[in-house]
Amino acid sequence: MAVSGGTRAAEQGGKPALVRFEGVTKRFGDVTAVDALTLDIAQGQFFALLGPSGCGKTTLLRLLAGFETADAGRILLDGEDIGAVPPHRRSVNMMFQSYALFPHLTVEGNIGFGLRQENVGRRERAERITEMLALVKLQGFGPRRVSQLSGGQRQRVALARSLIKRPRVLLLDEPMAALDKKLRGETQFELMELQRRLGTTFVIVTHDQEEAMIVADRIAVMNEGRLAQAGEPAEIYERPNSRWTANFVGEVTLIEGRLTADGTLQTALGPLRVADTGGIAGDRLWLALRPEKLRMSAEKPASDGHNAVSGTVAEIGYRGDVSIYKVRLADRSQMKVALANSTGRPPFALDDLVWVSWPPQAGVLLKE
Amino acid sequence: MRARAESRSWGARAVLLLPYLWLLLFFLAPFVIVLKISLSQTAIALPPYVPVLDLAAGWQGLTDFFQRLTLEGYRLLASDPIYLLSYLKSLKVAAISTALLLVIGYPIAYGITRSARSLQPLLVMLVVLPFWTSFLIRVYAWINILQRDGLLNDVLLALGIVHTRPEWLSSDTAIYIGMVYSYLPFMVLPLYATLEKMDESLLEAAADLGCPRWKSFWLVTLPLSLPGVAAGSLLCFIPIVGEFVIPDLLGGSQSLMIGQTLWMEFFANRDWPVASAIAVALLALLVLPIVLYERLQRRQLEGLR
Repeated sequence: MAVSGGTRAAEQGGKPALVRFEGVTKRFGDVTAVDALTLDIAQGQFFALLGPSGCGKTTLLRLLAGFETADAGRILLDGEDIGAVPPHRRSVNMMFQSYALFPHLTVEGNIGFGLRQENVGRRERAERITEMLALVKLQGFGPRRVSQLSGGQRQRVALARSLIKRPRVLLLDEPMAALDKKLRGETQFELMELQRRLGTTFVIVTHDQEEAMIVADRIAVMNEGRLAQAGEPAEIYERPNSRWTANFVGEVTLIEGRLTADGTLQTALGPLRVADTGGIAGDRLWLALRPEKLRMSAEKPASDGHNAVSGTVAEIGYRGDVSIYKVRLADRSQMKVALANSTGRPPFALDDLVWVSWPPQAGVLLKE
Repeated sequence: MRARAESRSWGARAVLLLPYLWLLLFFLAPFVIVLKISLSQTAIALPPYVPVLDLAAGWQGLTDFFQRLTLEGYRLLASDPIYLLSYLKSLKVAAISTALLLVIGYPIAYGITRSARSLQPLLVMLVVLPFWTSFLIRVYAWINILQRDGLLNDVLLALGIVHTRPEWLSSDTAIYIGMVYSYLPFMVLPLYATLEKMDESLLEAAADLGCPRWKSFWLVTLPLSLPGVAAGSLLCFIPIVGEFVIPDLLGGSQSLMIGQTLWMEFFANRDWPVASAIAVALLALLVLPIVLYERLQRRQLEGLR
């Protein structure tokens, strides 16, 4: 299961890797922020680096931008080692988490800053600034001062500024962290549309797994400086390769057990059927179950090859569209079940006796 | 409940009143007295001017008092070029000193902000350290250093830069040395305060957009530190214009700064009205830079919002 992100990305659609990290290590004092990491990012991809804070994802982005230098390994852009290239000569642009807009310049001044460094003529500069303002829907905002803009508008200026030089790769460091939830949702879709229109390779850093899954074609999940798993969003969600990834990306219930010769998992809750063992075997395995794959009923369901366990409703988290039920099982462990609130009122109440069931193919068997 | 809320608001109002009371007592009242003396005439009396306000004389005394006020002091100020020359000398010394302070102070402040975080408090303390010794003693020490057989000439001779011992004291050079030395902290500290709070990511953004390090200093760091430059410059310029001790101890007697002229009128000539007129005119002269400074600070606050 633990296939390195690199070779997989290169294989996909035969696209060559635009960015390649080869055994990259970065230490800050005693802390190893990035640990011998190998990763490929293909041309035209919307790539997400996902992980909890301190996992090294921002360091990886800063290594690519040139603000940090790797202690070991190589970073290739288009097959060329860019380790020695200073940030101002890399054809990579970054949108900063704080936006880092120049407060002493106008919106135009900010957006055109990169072109001025290239000595682009006044007329072409003005044209491209206008083009960028239109792209981020800020027509007419050119002469405004940055301090007169709202948070969402500043975010667009930062985006336009980092796109105007037509970089090979656009780096986005938590670009939506400062936006409120509603605006973030809209911006996510705008960003996807923009990426598709421009065809530029986007690399986004985020700690929000939902955001990563929405915007990205491909995700690299990082943990403690290492690559935990790389793949398409659905692949990572449906087939996580470790308990850690399963836990970090979405909600999950893990049931420990021992796989027997007949393909059932012996657990504290009794034998559970598993459809696909994925070729793994062992005495200590975990069955990972996503909450939305589980069904809940008051009566014991007719056994049609599905697994079923009983318990009591211990907690209900009402979220509007769905409710999350925490069901306490016989061995005092808890199981998370998500049910759509399609009927208007929650079908179960606290302390109800319920049966939780799922088909054998709903779970994933994990070893790590 | 209501009574308590009211009493609290009275307390708050009293606190707000405090700075105004302070200004009234220690700025406005003395200024009105100086303004009044500047409109008086010298007299061989105690105090050495007339008229003196005599409230015992009633209404008649009051009208008499106002009738006897005169602009004689200011007329004298305008007629004798010595005063104008003094003002011009002060402005020149202040302008050149401020420019020198900026050229020396900016690299120091910039250097402190670029050094290790843990080292910065120590470096800032070193800048302020001279304040621990009396200002007067430090200026006297400079007399010692600058005199013909002083430390400066010893060093210059030893280095072979000069072959005879030139006279440093009693010259404008000595004044500039004294000014730059004494006012350096007032330049470095506001500059440091501005440079220190500058967002490091702005420089990264500049680099990211193709701007090499040396260029981003001119395009980002310097423009963003202009409020600090202005604050430091005004903080030095304004007191240097009125400086008395440094030019008196280190400078020559060929041309006087306005502070020295004022001192002479007051103590040597005992001409209080003219001395007061000099002080009032000096204040009028400095109102412009002070207002400039205020406006700058206000704009700065608006920019932050």
